[in-house]
Amino acid sequence: MSASVTVPPTAAAPRSPKSAGRPSGRRAPKGIRKSEGIAGWLFTAPMLIILGLFLVVPVLMALWVSFSDWSGRGSPFASGVNFVGLDNYDELLAGGGLAERDFGVALRNNAWYVLLVVPIQTALSLFLAVLVNRQVLKGRGFFRTAFYFPSVTSSVAITVLWLFLFGASGAVNKVLSWFGVNGPNWFQDPSGVVHNLLATVGITQGPAWMTENTTLGVSWWDWWAGPSVAMSAFVLMAVFTTSGTFMLLFIAALQNLGGDVQEAAMIDGANGWQRFWRVTLPQLRPTLFTVLTLGLIGTWQVFDQIYTGTQGGPGKTTVTPAYLSYTSAFESQDWGRGAAIAFVLFVIIVVLTIIQRIVLRDRPVSKRRMRAYSIASSQTANKEGRP
Amino acid sequence: MSAATSTLSPATPTAAGGAPEQPRRRRSGRFIASTSLLYAILVVIAIIYIFPFLIDVATSFKSDAEAASDPLSLIPQTWTTAAYERLFLNSDFPTWFANSAVVTVFVTIGRVFLASLAGYALARLDFRGRNVIFAGLVAVMSVPLVVLLIPKFLVINQLGIYDSYAGMIIPLLVDAAGVFIMKNFFESIPASVEEQARIDGAGTFRIFWSVVLPMARPALITIVILSFQGSWNELSHFIVSTQSPELTTLTKGVASLASGQLSQGTQYPLKLAAAAIMTVPVAVMFFIFQRRIMNASEGAVKE
Repeated sequence: MSASVTVPPTAAAPRSPKSAGRPSGRRAPKGIRKSEGIAGWLFTAPMLIILGLFLVVPVLMALWVSFSDWSGRGSPFASGVNFVGLDNYDELLAGGGLAERDFGVALRNNAWYVLLVVPIQTALSLFLAVLVNRQVLKGRGFFRTAFYFPSVTSSVAITVLWLFLFGASGAVNKVLSWFGVNGPNWFQDPSGVVHNLLATVGITQGPAWMTENTTLGVSWWDWWAGPSVAMSAFVLMAVFTTSGTFMLLFIAALQNLGGDVQEAAMIDGANGWQRFWRVTLPQLRPTLFTVLTLGLIGTWQVFDQIYTGTQGGPGKTTVTPAYLSYTSAFESQDWGRGAAIAFVLFVIIVVLTIIQRIVLRDRPVSKRRMRAYSIASSQTANKEGRP
Repeated sequence: MSAATSTLSPATPTAAGGAPEQPRRRRSGRFIASTSLLYAILVVIAIIYIFPFLIDVATSFKSDAEAASDPLSLIPQTWTTAAYERLFLNSDFPTWFANSAVVTVFVTIGRVFLASLAGYALARLDFRGRNVIFAGLVAVMSVPLVVLLIPKFLVINQLGIYDSYAGMIIPLLVDAAGVFIMKNFFESIPASVEEQARIDGAGTFRIFWSVVLPMARPALITIVILSFQGSWNELSHFIVSTQSPELTTLTKGVASLASGQLSQGTQYPLKLAAAAIMTVPVAVMFFIFQRRIMNASEGAVKE
């Protein structure tokens, strides 16, 4: 078994004083290595086959389809299917036709959704975690359960419920009416929230430079429409269903923080507000990063809610790229375009994740501050150091 | 919340000898005020989170007319189980439920077994290509699921398992995140026990099955919870892998209900009853394993 000692990077190796003391009569190091090799491949084979067959192969196949004119009949590798190069992508990104406009609208809808959902759910889940994490709080378990429960339920069930709550004379509008607010007919209202806000100050028409210039077939003025009222209801739903999950991540992180830094800050006279922003939050950076990344990836893939709830309506204002990809392929039978949309979406998600990683990376501590730290730590080390 | 903790800090040691009564009373007054504010905020948020589900259940027992006219009340004026009767006696709902149950059971068993098998190999077995497999796994985890909608259909179709239980179940059998969780867990338990078994001459699978797996119960429960919840709530995979009504799952069926099939008019009690029933299994699961779920995400994220 001395063989395993020669492989230091494995987790098992550092614990091998025992194996070193193994009876030398058993001369099987080679045999064990060999059988471990076979076992390793056997153990991982089911995973490799399934992931390969239903993840890697599909992605490659779809990549081919996105460069082809396959119509959905027969095999995409049949002789009648032609390679059309970047045609499908070109049509989407610079075609000038309906395909480009639909894609532009879908991107607009989803971008506003991401822009609202990610910050709100992150802030709310952190807020809930801080509230619920207090040691003295009675009924912590109850509150955690209440906040987390929406996260375990199916998005289909929640969407059905949401359609009812946000109906024209539904529960939400009833509650709003107590405050004298005349609620909109949520899921039937295609008007953009930002446009509506501008309309309250009398701006109903964009300036010429905004209405005349277009990106992806959508005028700049329409890009600034904001999420439609219908989409806003989905924004609220996303916050409702995901804040619980992220709250758990933050709670876990908060519990891992040592109390001593807090204590030190307390002794230094920092108040609660300062301690949260200057001490707690910086320590939560890795979790914050995880939550933002997961949020970003998740919110760019909105599909279930749209499929169940609005099918893209009203006025295409809840069409998302994911849903558009699905309808292009399965309903319009334009498989090449559907696959192309999926890959553009993939690229968007990857690029945004990288950008976010760069923005949130750990910045190197400045030299001056570093010196201050090293002095401080050497002092504490001297104090605590065992003689 | 922050105000409450900050009041604890300015405890001045000098005050102890002088007039200890006054500051303490003032402090406790502020403490009570901020604590009750904290509870008030928490209770309000909790109500917002719970109330929709109560409305769901209450409305499912109302008549159509009452659901429309009084969407907020939690107690129906006239109780009726018409929605449930319709669902169970007069629709495909029982089929949907059965399909979801079958898929969930098989997927959960499969995921638990395959994830722990692969996780163990990646954590403990020393074999050529292990690092490559692990890197591939991480890469695969970063592929957004939505990108796979169309391609998954293509492969399922090519393999001839479209519109069958095989096509519904097999692609869901491995979940990269589950393998990841199991790998992390196996790395955290000491290797000495296995080595003892190895000295006794047990084979690798034997060691895995009767020595390691029983120790992995907490992680296995985590995988059970995640798989159960994931496959019960799965929608998009069933949309692209099936079309016949006999293979419709709950999620797909209820989604079609929501978009107006089977019903004339709004029929909210019917839809909400369906939503309520499909929530019950995950809710039961949730309350059984509540403690575990509340800690599950910690294990999942630890790296």
